[in-house]
Amino acid sequence: VENVRLLDRLSSRRAVVGTLYLTATHVIFVENGSETRKETWVLHSQISSIEKQATTATGCPLLIRCKNFQVIQLVIPQERDCHDVYISLIRLARPVKYEELYCFSFNPKLDKEEREQGWKLVDLNEEYNRMGVPNNYWQISDVNRDYGVCDSYPTEVYVPKSATAHIIVGSSKFRSRRRFPALSYYCKGNNASICRSSQPLSGFSARCLEDEQMLQAIRKANPGSDFIYVVDTRPKLNAMANRAAGKGYENEDNYSNIKFQFIGIENIHVMRNSLQKMLEVCELKSPSMSDFLWGLENSGWLKHIKAIMDAGIFIAKAVAEEGVSVLVHCSDGWDRTAQVCSVASLLLDPYYRTMKGFMVLIEKDWVSFGHKFNHRYGNLDGDPKEISPVIDQFIECVWQLMEQFPCAFEFNERFLIHIQHHIYSCQFGNFLCNSQKERRELKIKERTYSLWAHLWKNRADYLNPLYRSDHSQSQGTLYPQIAPCNFLYKFWSGMYNRFEKGLHPRQSVTDYLMAVKEETQQLEEELEVLQERLANLQKSQSGINKVKSKQQDRSKQSGLYASNNSLANTPQEYSNDLKSFPSRSPSQGDEDSALILTQDNLKSSDPDLSANSDQESGVEDLSCRSPSGGGCLPSEDSGKDSDEAVFLAG
Amino acid sequence: MEFAELIKTPQADNVMLHRQFHLAVEGTLCLTGHHLIFSSRQQNNTEELWLLHSNIDSIERRFAGSSGIIVIKCKDLRIIQLDIPGMEESTNIANSIEVLSTLDSVTLMYPFFYRPMFEVLDDGWSLFLLEQEFELLSSVTNEWRLSYVNKEFSVCPSYPPVVIVPNSIDDDALRRVALFRQGGRFPVLSYYHKKNGMVMMRSSQPLTGTNGRRCKEDEKLVNATLCSGRRGFVIDTRSLAVAQQARAKGGGFEQEVHYPQWRRIHKYIERFNILQESFIKLVEACNDQANNMDRWLSKLEASNWLTHIKELLTTACLAAQCIDREGASVLVHGSEGTDSTLQVTSLAQIILDPRCRTIRGFEALIVREWLQAGHPFQLRCAQSAYSSSKPKWEAPVFLLFLECVWQIHRQFPCSFEFNEQFLIMLFEHAYASQFGTFLGNNENERAKLKLPEKTLSLWSWVNRPEELIRFQNPLYEANSLVIWPSVAPQSLQLWEGVFLRWNRPSRFLEEAEEERVNIIRYNKELQARVNVLRRHLAELEAEGVEQEEP
Repeated sequence: VENVRLLDRLSSRRAVVGTLYLTATHVIFVENGSETRKETWVLHSQISSIEKQATTATGCPLLIRCKNFQVIQLVIPQERDCHDVYISLIRLARPVKYEELYCFSFNPKLDKEEREQGWKLVDLNEEYNRMGVPNNYWQISDVNRDYGVCDSYPTEVYVPKSATAHIIVGSSKFRSRRRFPALSYYCKGNNASICRSSQPLSGFSARCLEDEQMLQAIRKANPGSDFIYVVDTRPKLNAMANRAAGKGYENEDNYSNIKFQFIGIENIHVMRNSLQKMLEVCELKSPSMSDFLWGLENSGWLKHIKAIMDAGIFIAKAVAEEGVSVLVHCSDGWDRTAQVCSVASLLLDPYYRTMKGFMVLIEKDWVSFGHKFNHRYGNLDGDPKEISPVIDQFIECVWQLMEQFPCAFEFNERFLIHIQHHIYSCQFGNFLCNSQKERRELKIKERTYSLWAHLWKNRADYLNPLYRSDHSQSQGTLYPQIAPCNFLYKFWSGMYNRFEKGLHPRQSVTDYLMAVKEETQQLEEELEVLQERLANLQKSQSGINKVKSKQQDRSKQSGLYASNNSLANTPQEYSNDLKSFPSRSPSQGDEDSALILTQDNLKSSDPDLSANSDQESGVEDLSCRSPSGGGCLPSEDSGKDSDEAVFLAG
Repeated sequence: MEFAELIKTPQADNVMLHRQFHLAVEGTLCLTGHHLIFSSRQQNNTEELWLLHSNIDSIERRFAGSSGIIVIKCKDLRIIQLDIPGMEESTNIANSIEVLSTLDSVTLMYPFFYRPMFEVLDDGWSLFLLEQEFELLSSVTNEWRLSYVNKEFSVCPSYPPVVIVPNSIDDDALRRVALFRQGGRFPVLSYYHKKNGMVMMRSSQPLTGTNGRRCKEDEKLVNATLCSGRRGFVIDTRSLAVAQQARAKGGGFEQEVHYPQWRRIHKYIERFNILQESFIKLVEACNDQANNMDRWLSKLEASNWLTHIKELLTTACLAAQCIDREGASVLVHGSEGTDSTLQVTSLAQIILDPRCRTIRGFEALIVREWLQAGHPFQLRCAQSAYSSSKPKWEAPVFLLFLECVWQIHRQFPCSFEFNEQFLIMLFEHAYASQFGTFLGNNENERAKLKLPEKTLSLWSWVNRPEELIRFQNPLYEANSLVIWPSVAPQSLQLWEGVFLRWNRPSRFLEEAEEERVNIIRYNKELQARVNVLRRHLAELEAEGVEQEEP
């Protein structure tokens, strides 16, 4: 469709005209006119809703909301075209078969071996070994070999050594969806562990001997402690209501040596509505500070994030400080339980704060234990009531921690944002389906590629420059504060307003430091080479010419150094009074638009997955994404050279 | 008066000191005329806490058994608690602190007693002269002149002795304009935008009154800054309603009929007691230890502090936009022209002028646009957020400005030569200091107090290389562009560095800053070493070539 206008949400003045294309996998908008022909790519799987608004004189507006929080406003001149686009998108955005998803057609031109290697990057067996199991207390159990006991669990599960198959099967019958207690994290230092399960089918009075034995076995696996915590992550009221349905929670009288604890995290429906409300606040046009803060409070979003964090902190403290094992569950044990176990693991173990460790963590607590990615993130058309931003909340918890502990994480904010993007993109097979069983049936590993390998390949982009593996923050357990005035929970505009670049800091400290570090590395290399040359030169005067030419190469390389300094930007609409000002000359209007162009150029060099979800362009994207590429400006370089010249002359 | 008379118990032993995020420590408390000193000597950890009495905003006392508990709340927002054994001792100490922290006479303040432990190389009192500023200006334009009409502070008591005014307006005219503007604050040059020759002026409100008084000289002065055919904006920091009300009290605003080249924009900026209340509410929210997210957010919202930040930044951006984008000159005023006016003119310069983002330039800006321009620091900063007495003239006007600078800094972290600590330091010294810089309400008062002779300037201390190093932003790279901050609510944050400073564990953030500094320092070291080697190599090669060639 031609002559479509793409509106800028912040300013109605900044609209661009271009052509809209629909392909099997993407919506593509290509700008007219400008030399760069900036492209906006949106994967169908990212589309969360499409809204056709009332036709106006200028055309028919179409509003596309994406799962990665991009909001695209298009105005299509012809009502008929708009309707066609609308109908097609509705169909395309809601695939019914897995085979329709992008990952089955996505081909990054890797050979079979490379693909297999990619899938091997994250190996959970290796991970459990790293934790220190199997050992005297824990062993791998094969009761779920053919998913015979629990179809949403992985085949290989770690359980206490004293838990026989009989106990496990018995316990599983007493738990929702037969999700029996299994090991999530084992703390080598003091034998304390985090186990996870679903709620017991206790109703008002039911008991299960095997289940009681199972919890006993978990306690015994930690000889240093004479009780375990059982943490129910639901609000007490919800848990009590479940009893009427024959479900519920552990009765302290029936289980010996447990301490039972509720931690009120709300259910998926509350969370879905909360996000919805917060996004409405994000979409407000020029809100006042009160509108915004009030809306943020009213959405309850940060309250929920804090609840998840508090639960994680509680468990981490129990394990690290008290040396007590914890069993965590919610209802089915695949949403809140996954959130809380992974937050606690992240606080406890610095390995999970590394890039590789974070991939392992998601693979362990989310993918392998049957978090229902397909239902929660609506990859296939399904029940909208199943959709909920469960893992988004976990990712935000990590970001909030990064803000408090800036040196503790090997990866940066971009890493989190890109993972969030790909949970919805269906470009890689990792997060397909609802369980390991379904993924095996679909032969995901043979038919699709792994996100982890893709991220690992580009890991230079995702590094936190402040991270050092020998830094105190990258050792041991993190103990965040609890009260909001000690631990400031912030609105994450980098995520929820990530496509409104105008709202973000115009200069990125992370990118700047990455560029400096890159240059430092080059300098180190050059220093070595120079020292060597010098030594050689002093030994013999031969080979001078070679040295010269190579030296020039080197100095060219070190000129790569770039900064983000020269970001031109345009003023926002600070006042409406100015618009009507009569003396505004047309030439100034031109200047404005010229500036917008430069800004857009800069935007396109930003790492922007939506613009480039395609692998080929993704590779091109890399070059501008790396800190030295995008911002490299001639003026900067010349400034640099003259500095050196001065130095040399002096 | 002798301070000793006010100190009945100069010393107490076995005092416990409690602070957030610190273990309680036991030690000795000493009171001197200007300080409260707490020193603890534990096995391997000697710690001393020096607190200026003038930094104490309020104290609370109560008894627990035979010891007294004193909670001291400081103007820099810190709260400490002292447990002092003995009823009499603690009562005496509390009484002394109360009196010493509320001394009336300026000349009894610490700056008059402070003797520096360092040699003053660069006297801060004579560092920033308007004459130097004018020299720079006159190299690009000759439309302006220095006027000494206020040499004796007789034309405008709150102006400095020398100001910059249009060349075409003589001193007599200025005297007449001064009569037409509240407090004699006639329009003067605040900023000249080299890029397009547009200017920003500031003044107080014109005294038009209800019958629409006019002043030919005022009209001429205001218009003199516009080239023919050009237009200008009057940015009035009051709402139209407030400005209209002001007429009843003899004030008013520029009528467009009499200033036809000027267009008036009303942008309301909150002032005085409402600001102070907002400040108090915010600090209260920040000290609320309740573990409740809703309560925190609603208190933050109810304080309205961030709303004031947003409004102020928006107005400053608007002024900058008029100048840089619309190519128009700007006159800024509210009522007195000593508060919101200065906030706007100084913030606009931060946005427009890269020089103001350097350390020296920022200091010059503070001197020019705040101290010399007659912001009544002593009145505004007499009490901070913990004061129990009803505020009279107190208002966190300067703090609000500093926070706006911080907000811009956060959005352009590589464009400022100074760091957040520099801004926090200025906040502290505006409220309590060993230096005389922020004493007095204007240059007139400072001259009468003979501050330059009797006290040390803050700048004399800050600009020593040893101190300066703490205030430098390692990421700084000169950015010659205008920087337009975002004023959307999503882009503005609470200034944790001030408001949560004592309420958050700071170690992790300090470590991060250290890392940043180290990364940059190591890079610079390497660069230097590589350059030395390169040069060395080049020399050797040259020698080699010489040897070969003959």
